Parts: sequence; structure tokens; C-alpha cells
Amino acid sequence: MGTIIDSINRQQLKEHVPDIFPGDTVRVSVKVVEGNRERLQAFEGTVLRLGKSGPARSVTVRRVAHGVGVERTFLVNSPRVDKIEVVRRGDVRRARLYYLRDRVGKATRIREKRT
Amino acid sequence: MVEGLIGRKLGMTQVFDDAGVTVPVTVIEVEPNLVTQVKTPEKDGYSAVQLGAISTKRLNKPRKGHLKDRPQLRYLREFTPVSGDTLDLGDTVDLAIFAKGDMVDVVGVSKGKGFAGVVKRHHFAGGPKTHGQSDRHRAPGSIGASSTPGRVFKGMRMAGHLGHERTTVQNLRVVDVLADRNVLLVRGAVPGARNEMVLVRKAVKRRA
Repeated sequence: MGTIIDSINRQQLKEHVPDIFPGDTVRVSVKVVEGNRERLQAFEGTVLRLGKSGPARSVTVRRVAHGVGVERTFLVNSPRVDKIEVVRRGDVRRARLYYLRDRVGKATRIREKRT
Repeated sequence: MVEGLIGRKLGMTQVFDDAGVTVPVTVIEVEPNLVTQVKTPEKDGYSAVQLGAISTKRLNKPRKGHLKDRPQLRYLREFTPVSGDTLDLGDTVDLAIFAKGDMVDVVGVSKGKGFAGVVKRHHFAGGPKTHGQSDRHRAPGSIGASSTPGRVFKGMRMAGHLGHERTTVQNLRVVDVLADRNVLLVRGAVPGARNEMVLVRKAVKRRA
């Protein structure tokens, strides 16, 4: 009877989510509630890792803001995440880019994927 | 009417609520329950409604005789009737008695863990892992004094069988009622393994 749970899970998935891979540069638009109105806030950075799949699917995005490394994990299928755009495809050789945390400046550059 | 139903635990997943927050839920399948017997104070000394659910092929003779030509049901449980419209033999009760946001209690049989030690069963701390300890890592320690009282007190927590007992979890919120699929989503965990029978009833201690 796993089919009922499967269909509950499938219902929560968004229809149009671009393919996202580690190393890509993405812009994530998140709904933020300020007082009583809602607006979109963008967070742009490098995809450090992909999380689980299904309704729990997530991406961790890293950027350096004002000299401080910021990592945010977004639930891809969450209604609070308005959209995710891939800005640039990166060419990397591993699935988890934790080595970026130890690097600053030029060393954090990722080669663009040639297609 | 009754305030409880027989269901079956299907498993757990997560859903997003209206605010976009992730909620852990247990999926419980509640097919319409059949009224298999109505007990009355005149005849039985108390009033109750016996509900049946989950069809099966294998039933013993007494059960077959009790159900007669009605569907063969695996589980029969009694519920206390509440005032309002009365139920008759052969009526069905579906999960429409629950609504999104209600608080419910869920009764099930917890997963059996077998003969478990005192660390797992009673959350004892066990012994020190180092400083020359041998064979003391998960030991219970002292179970009492010496010749006074000269015995171990009753109820001393020791190793033994853990799990596979009736367990009630109170005050779980109904996250969603999927009436077309006879499915109830309840926030949090519920006792028992997948496909195990559970009773879902309106919360005794809290009314939404």
C-alpha cells in the first residue's frame, strides 16, 4: 500500500523545477513575510550539495556576502520557494563541494561546463 | 455516532502546511467501518457500538457466525456511542467524523523489541566505558541493599520484554483528511509497524 504514500508525496512536488547539479550557480527566490505583506527575496550562490529526493528534496547554496560565508538550504518543493533559476552550469568532479568552505576569493571559482 | 474508528497505519512522510512549514505526518488508512453489533443497556448491561474493519479471507467459525452474511472483517472493536443520531446494525461510519485541525488520540500495538536490556528498556545510563571497566558497559548496577531488606523490591526496573504492547499517543493534530482515498494524515509518529491496525479517536483530553 505504498502507493497511497507515493501519491501523497507526488502531489507535493512542483511541476517545473530545472535540473540542478552541484557546482551550478543558482538564483533562488524565496517568499519573505515582512509585517503583513509578502515579497520575494533572491539568494544567489553556488550549489554545494543536493539533499534528499521527493517532497524533502533540498539544495544547499553557498555565497560569500560582505566577507562572510552564508549557506542556506532550501526545500525545493516548498511553497515558500517561489522559483529557482540556473544562472550558470559548473563543471565539478564531486557531489559535495565542501572544499569550497576552506577557500576564499579566486580559489572558489568553478569552471563553466562546456556543452 | 461514535468518536473513534479502526484504521491501518500505512507509514510516514512529510507535507507542507498552509504556511509552507514542513510537517511530519503518519498516513492512516481508514476505510468505512461497519457497525457489526449494537449493545444496549437492556440486553448487554451497557451501551456500545461494535465497529469492524479490514476484510480478510480467514476467519474462525465463531466470528463467521457473529458476522453472518456481512463482510468478513478482521478487526472488531467497541466504541462508546455519543448522543445524536443513533447507529444501527449494518450502518457504516467513515472518516468524515474527523476534520482538519482536530486533535486525536491514536492507539496501536508498539513494535516488539524482544528481550531488551536495561539501557534500551528503561534508559539507564549503563556503566563507564573506560577506566578499567570490563563487562559493565550496559549493566544495570545495584538492584538493592543487602540483608536489610534481604530481597529485591517489586517493580525494580530490569531487563525483559520490550514493545509489542498497547500504546496510546494522545493529542495528535489531524493535518489533513483525504476523504476520497479514505486516508487521514496525523501529525507525528504513531505506535506500531506499517500495516498494523490502529484505533483513531477524538482526543480525550483536548478538544480542538
